[in-house]
Amino acid sequence: MRHTIAVLVENKSGVLARVSNLFRRRGYNIESITVGKSEREGIARITLEVDGDELVIEQVTKQLNKLIDVIKVSDITHDEMIERELMLIKVSADASTRAEILQIVNIFRANVVDVSPKALVIEITGDRDKLEAFEALLRPFGIKEIACTGKVAMVRHPKEIK
Amino acid sequence: MRLTGAQIVIEALKHEGVEVIFGIPGGAVIDIYDALYDSGIRHILAHHEQGAAHMADGYARATGKVGVCFATSGPGATNLTTGIANAYMDSVPIVAITGQVATHLIGKDAFQEADTTGISAPITKHNYLVRDVNELAKTIKEAFYIARTGRPGPVLIDIPKNVQTATADFDYSSIEINIRGYKPSTTGHIRQIKEAARLINESKRPCILAGGGVISSGASEELFKLATKANIPVATTFMGIGSFPQDHPLSLKSAGMHGNYAANYALMECDLLIAIGCRFSDRTTGKVDTFATKAKKIHIDIDPAEINKNVIVDVPIVGDAKIILKTLIEYVQEKKEEDWLSYIRELKESHPLTYSDGTSIKPQLVIEKIFEVAPDNTIIVTEVGQNQMWSALFYIHTKPRHFISSGGLGTMGFGFPASIGAKIGRPDALVVDIAGDGSFLMNIQELATAVENNIPVKVVVINNRALGMVRQWQELFYKKRYSATILKEVNFAEVAKAFGAKGIRVTEKEALVSALKSAFEYPGPAVVDVVVEQEENVLPMVPPGAPIDQIIGGK
Repeated sequence: MRHTIAVLVENKSGVLARVSNLFRRRGYNIESITVGKSEREGIARITLEVDGDELVIEQVTKQLNKLIDVIKVSDITHDEMIERELMLIKVSADASTRAEILQIVNIFRANVVDVSPKALVIEITGDRDKLEAFEALLRPFGIKEIACTGKVAMVRHPKEIK
Repeated sequence: MRLTGAQIVIEALKHEGVEVIFGIPGGAVIDIYDALYDSGIRHILAHHEQGAAHMADGYARATGKVGVCFATSGPGATNLTTGIANAYMDSVPIVAITGQVATHLIGKDAFQEADTTGISAPITKHNYLVRDVNELAKTIKEAFYIARTGRPGPVLIDIPKNVQTATADFDYSSIEINIRGYKPSTTGHIRQIKEAARLINESKRPCILAGGGVISSGASEELFKLATKANIPVATTFMGIGSFPQDHPLSLKSAGMHGNYAANYALMECDLLIAIGCRFSDRTTGKVDTFATKAKKIHIDIDPAEINKNVIVDVPIVGDAKIILKTLIEYVQEKKEEDWLSYIRELKESHPLTYSDGTSIKPQLVIEKIFEVAPDNTIIVTEVGQNQMWSALFYIHTKPRHFISSGGLGTMGFGFPASIGAKIGRPDALVVDIAGDGSFLMNIQELATAVENNIPVKVVVINNRALGMVRQWQELFYKKRYSATILKEVNFAEVAKAFGAKGIRVTEKEALVSALKSAFEYPGPAVVDVVVEQEENVLPMVPPGAPIDQIIGGK
């Protein structure tokens, strides 16, 4: 099963390498990893998506906790949470297809961030299902490039990960 | 006080109570060595950085203190890595300080540059690259704290050359340690402890499995009290050897691949397993899904990640073994399960360790004779392979920190430098490295270290002209195809003499005891080279991947 794990770490050089090395060395499977700031100075927040059974996930969280630079590890899979990722898609679009693509963009509440004679760059945020559906609808037009952030997640109020 | 980075290193080490450093100088640590020169701290010059790391390791195991080693950047640091990995696997507290190229050269592939923190990250408990001299003192204090607390382990500090020459204020005692990601818990959950006591009180066939954690937490006395209060037989892991006196009636000695018959059987037959400070390594459990399946399991360990890692347990207790056992003993009732104890007695009596003596010298005999000749407070250090397993099996180990061996990593070449470190930490004890010829050759250059510093360690080489353990596997599992395991005979007595040590060669059984005695009495380093039977096997043995009650050999 796929788990979402929020990790608070010291915002120091090398911390991301320590985390990703741990996964490589112990043979755990990272589906996605994102890093960014947290609400506190000096602390970064990593969101991990990991595939594994309960025992694997138990080990993952314990091994992460063992890293000195890791401050807190929370498996938020079973919490009520908001999860988002951001995707940029460059799709082929000329005069004949542009209108149809824009319609799809509107339905998904995505944004066109760049227009050129032969292509559009579209920005979309949402959960994985939404992004996959969007991508599938655009595929027939010819996707030239995709860049994706991986997931960030947050548990709904009142629970906080601190 | 304003000091250079190099002076800060030395002053910080003094504050930490460091009495000896093992190392080799080089361009990137020359400033630290300059500060060391008239510091009063003893320095032992090793002859390969691997040796320096093992010396620090041996020192730490023998004393319980943090061992310290120095190396220069690049090859100095990479040579340390085997020693660091070895300490990591066996949870030994060492602090390794390495020089690094100047900060402006890092990443430029400068002369003698290596990514030391990158290389050592998976084999250290933690490591640091210090880019700012103002962070240096705090870093060293944290490093020692991390190395010795919680589950002990090696910590590496990489210090660029320009950080060693820059200056900063130094006030060590005012530095407070507060690492938000590192708060080891020690006391154990009281409800879990009570639950463990309930299981012990109710059990009919309890068995303790004591690991290296009992030794590192100094919990041997508490282990003894627990075992004797409820009459629980005690098996140890390989790393736990010495945690419980092997001459005690409740001792089952060590378990595992080359464990004792009674220990393995007791683990498989018990209805309650009390595992203390051990990590259920594959060498201990054998085929893990067949291990102790009849037992409920209590697991006491300071490292939460060890709980349910290899073996699923019923009652985990996370904390320091000594503290937890103290509490646990209070809730455990005195009892004596006669049926179980007589079964254990029978197991022990019907399956003693044996070997067939012959005209040639048998390795097992050498170990037995060392035991006869050596005084009570002897520290036995071993290399890795057959010599190690015979030392574990045929010597009677009664005290913690008196059996020092590379358990997890299985590092050939560990024993001799580790014995030098152990002897420096415990000058009162006789320190004997029981070696194989293959292992001894891997760090034999440290004979120069022992002789230069007149460190009276003793090496007994079980010289079988083979990489014996691999040869044994080839004999048993590879149709005697001795691929790359038969060695040319080396006369280690002559080698020892060439280095300036005492060397004695033994080829006749009758000469063995007098050779050992004269080596042990000699005031300097001595090597006894005992030419033994080549094709002798370590038995009993559990084939790799088999359940631990499928035992080859022995009775």
